Amino acid sequence: MKIVIDQDRCIASGQCVSAVGEVFDQRDEDGVVVLLDPTPPADLAVAVRQAAAVCPARAIHVEE
Amino acid sequence: MTETVNPAEVPQFPGARAARCPFDPPPALHALQEQGPLAKVKVWDGSTPWLVTRYEEQRALLADPRVSADVTRPGYPRSAPVVSRNGSAISFILMDDPEHARLRRMVQAPFTVRRIETLRPAVQKIVDGLIDDMLAGPSPVDLVEAFALPVPSLVICELLGVPYADHEFFQDNSKILIRRAADPEERAAAFARLVGYLDDLVGQKLDHPGEDLLSRLAERIRTGELTRPEAARMGVLLLVAGHETTANMIALGTLALLEHPDQLDLLRRTDDPKLIAGAVEELLRYLNITHSGRRRVALEDIEIGGQVIRAGDGLILANDIANRDPAAFPDPDRLDLRRDARRHVAFGFGVHQCLGQPLARMELQVAYGTLYRRVPTLRLATELERIPFKHDGQVYGVYELPVAW
Repeated sequence: MKIVIDQDRCIASGQCVSAVGEVFDQRDEDGVVVLLDPTPPADLAVAVRQAAAVCPARAIHVEE
Repeated sequence: MTETVNPAEVPQFPGARAARCPFDPPPALHALQEQGPLAKVKVWDGSTPWLVTRYEEQRALLADPRVSADVTRPGYPRSAPVVSRNGSAISFILMDDPEHARLRRMVQAPFTVRRIETLRPAVQKIVDGLIDDMLAGPSPVDLVEAFALPVPSLVICELLGVPYADHEFFQDNSKILIRRAADPEERAAAFARLVGYLDDLVGQKLDHPGEDLLSRLAERIRTGELTRPEAARMGVLLLVAGHETTANMIALGTLALLEHPDQLDLLRRTDDPKLIAGAVEELLRYLNITHSGRRRVALEDIEIGGQVIRAGDGLILANDIANRDPAAFPDPDRLDLRRDARRHVAFGFGVHQCLGQPLARMELQVAYGTLYRRVPTLRLATELERIPFKHDGQVYGVYELPVAW
């Protein structure tokens, strides 16, 4: 699994951080998404897909 | 593709809820959703915008850049009459990018998940203090006044840097602002009073900055990134949105749980943060208090759900009924705190999705997670039929909730 994020699209809803805080964080200055781990372990795959599905700005892309 | 619509057959929106089902969307919405993902409806000014009823189409349209939230565009379906169509929007919620993103990004920092998490102990203290006061006072009591309204009001005041001592002033004016039936002049006057109040506060923060959000906005004024009227309007938006919504969720959620004792029992007997967080998502989905729909206007022709939306057509995205779409949520009319409801659209979808959602979630987790555990005998002190529901509100809820223990 490989994750690509689009910081320009991000609106800082924070739903990715709630879904899987091991993989996503937010910038202190404006809440925009930060990718902590672009190739997370398999046991986080379900949570990562959930994060991408709930992202309101469609700023998270998951390549399997 | 566009069919000629007989105006007499176009259903009126918003419709009325069924008398015995105060937690369910109006039956007419269910009927429209069954017929298809989009339908024309007639609104207060006689115009006939599209009503989008199904979950998938609603998410697709709310994330579509061909759809505008700009209230000043012709065709935008306003939810109520306004004094002047030329007035500027309250703030970024009624603007498109890049203006929307420019303003929204200035106020995103305090609402990150981790920053909000640091406020949890303070919110817990507020909640416990209000419950202490309630238990020390007479029973029955109005839960709205004693608990549901003060919790988010105290929190947003702290976050923004607004004196809580002024709560009657801003709560009363907020109420007028979001009442569907309010007279346009009355609403404009309430808005002007709130803008004036926030403008004064921003002026004070310019002279004596603190650590709060209004002080951050004052700093942006000083650097030339923001005008003072923009800051005051943003302050109004955050203050109103920051207390009205959560207050209604606390009170209406409590009533819904009292009417579903098996579900209430789950919360009464747990301190499991996961279960409580899941319960909050399900109550957000099930109650969907923003029952007036998200409003948009099409910038181009859009083909969706077997229909063609024409450029300039108004769109109302009824998120209450989308959250009851059986294709998205099996057995959608059942309140089931154990279901995974995180995909709900109670906070909207697309770039305008609620800015304060991490705060709302945390406040609701603390409120629901504490109140029923600490007051296990909490009960309704009147009949359900006597509860005054906010049928006329932009935001649904109850005006008062008499409870005893």
